[in-house]
Amino acid sequence: MFRRLPDHNAETIRFTFDGAPLAARRGDTVAAALLANGIATCRATPAKGTARGPYCLMGVCFECLVTIDGTGNRQGCLVALEEGMRIETQAGARRAVAP
Amino acid sequence: MNRIDAAAALAPRYDLVVIGAGPAGQSAAITAAALGITTLVVDENLAPGGQIHRGITTTPVTDRAVLGEDYWRGLPIAERFLASGADYAPAAKLFSLLPSGDEPGRHAEIELGVSIAGQARPVFAGQVIVATGAMERPFPIPGWTLPGVLTAGAAQIALKAHGLVPEGRVVLAGTGPLLLLVAAQLRAAGATIAAVLDTTPSANRAGAARHLLDFLRSPYLAKGLALLARARGGPRRIAGVTAMRAEGEDRLRAVTFTAGGGEQRIEADVLLLHQGVVPNTTISNAIGCDHHWDPLQFCWVPKRDSWLASSIEDVAIAGDGGGIAGADCAAESGTLAAIGAAHRLGRIDQATRDAMAAPVRAALEKLGRGRAFLDALYRPAEGFRIPAGNDTIICRCEEITAGQVRDAVAGGATGPNQLKAFLRCGMGPCQGRLCNLTVTEIVAAERGISPEQAGTYRLRPPFKPVTVAEIASLPQTNAAVKAVVRY
Ligand code: FES
Repeated sequence: MFRRLPDHNAETIRFTFDGAPLAARRGDTVAAALLANGIATCRATPAKGTARGPYCLMGVCFECLVTIDGTGNRQGCLVALEEGMRIETQAGARRAVAP
Repeated sequence: MNRIDAAAALAPRYDLVVIGAGPAGQSAAITAAALGITTLVVDENLAPGGQIHRGITTTPVTDRAVLGEDYWRGLPIAERFLASGADYAPAAKLFSLLPSGDEPGRHAEIELGVSIAGQARPVFAGQVIVATGAMERPFPIPGWTLPGVLTAGAAQIALKAHGLVPEGRVVLAGTGPLLLLVAAQLRAAGATIAAVLDTTPSANRAGAARHLLDFLRSPYLAKGLALLARARGGPRRIAGVTAMRAEGEDRLRAVTFTAGGGEQRIEADVLLLHQGVVPNTTISNAIGCDHHWDPLQFCWVPKRDSWLASSIEDVAIAGDGGGIAGADCAAESGTLAAIGAAHRLGRIDQATRDAMAAPVRAALEKLGRGRAFLDALYRPAEGFRIPAGNDTIICRCEEITAGQVRDAVAGGATGPNQLKAFLRCGMGPCQGRLCNLTVTEIVAAERGISPEQAGTYRLRPPFKPVTVAEIASLPQTNAAVKAVVRY
């Protein structure tokens, strides 16, 4: 959905999204890394299950909520991407107890 | 500057805690630290600059022409901030702020709950400056929740901080100088802009005319002319857009809009919405600061005295979070708030305070000129603030429509707080950030009362979601338990 301007100093970071291996740049937030990989949707609402993706990229809309390394409800646009992160779509409501 | 990457590295107490590292927060910290005041800056972002100068020390966009000189004016501020003696906690979450007080159970100083990398700590402060800036006004149109629809500010952040440019057919829609600026920046960065849909009501021009003289004598004139020059030869601009909807099943495919009486449809991969910015009042509201409704900017503004102190003792509000005035004013207001805080801390006497403030006040006076013209010219249309259609979602989180709100008001809900009980409106993860203005205006319109009378949600901490694990990581002192458990 977004393409990257050429950046020769970029250090590549590897991560997975719903199990698929992907790459992005150090300095990216999780939300930016997903957008740069053509991923527009990162969750489904708890209310009606409709698809949502990052909207504000500045921490106010909470549309970028994802599960990161097993912890749900993280704001992807505020979390720095790190090597080996396991990012997952959040479908519906979180569970109080891990399954 | 002492960078703090772990909660354990926070001092237990600071003279001053500044919330936010945009131009206002950084300027406040620079001034305070220079006076020998122990200062902590807590910021959600990964690097200083706030949103307006987002990524200013890290941006991969090194061709200065792409982002423009207004952006690069943030660099000297960040350099002075990074060279200051302040503690700086980036990627930090502030989740609570308990005002000072002498009643039982309250500490004599302000108590803040800060979480860094999953670990939380209480921090005490003599003074607090809230510098949480602005956010984009909600833009409730049908389909605005579809993936592929973002704010224009989001695209600007992606470009500034990450060197990312929206791909495919990009449509920008709305009103205001930022919309034109983003269009110019994206074009310079190589984006394909299919159209700019201008929703500025044509009647605004008449209203703006009486402020024209002020504008012509203001620094905004040069900025405006530069912006128009950048926009020249730009993408197809369609004026007089009065209705608009984003279309698609599970992501954006097209934008349908009404202009000049006729309906048109354009295919789009990315739609960027913008109709001005409003103060982000989440924290000022949640800690109980008094606010008033600004009838020109259609938003809530915290009440402040001439030193930018809020109605809550020892808490000042600097920058756009106290009223929209732009980055240059924000920087000056941060300095002013820090001077006021220094006096309240007993670090400078009244004469010193007033002497230090005089040039800052003069600068603010000069910079503020011309603002009324812009506010009047880019007044957002009523139809895009208060959706005419009943099916338009206004609370994105809980998926509540304008029609549901109207029905609830007809059924007896008297204001935004009752709507929470009726509909769960404003009770999702964003805690009303993206719907509170719309809800206030719908309630006011339905009940025939003023927005001031309709009121707004009463927010409460935590300001941001915290996990049980984060709360459990708090040291178990009585004060620390109270910082969380009171709520
Ligand atoms: S995209 Fe809005 S909070 Fe992250």
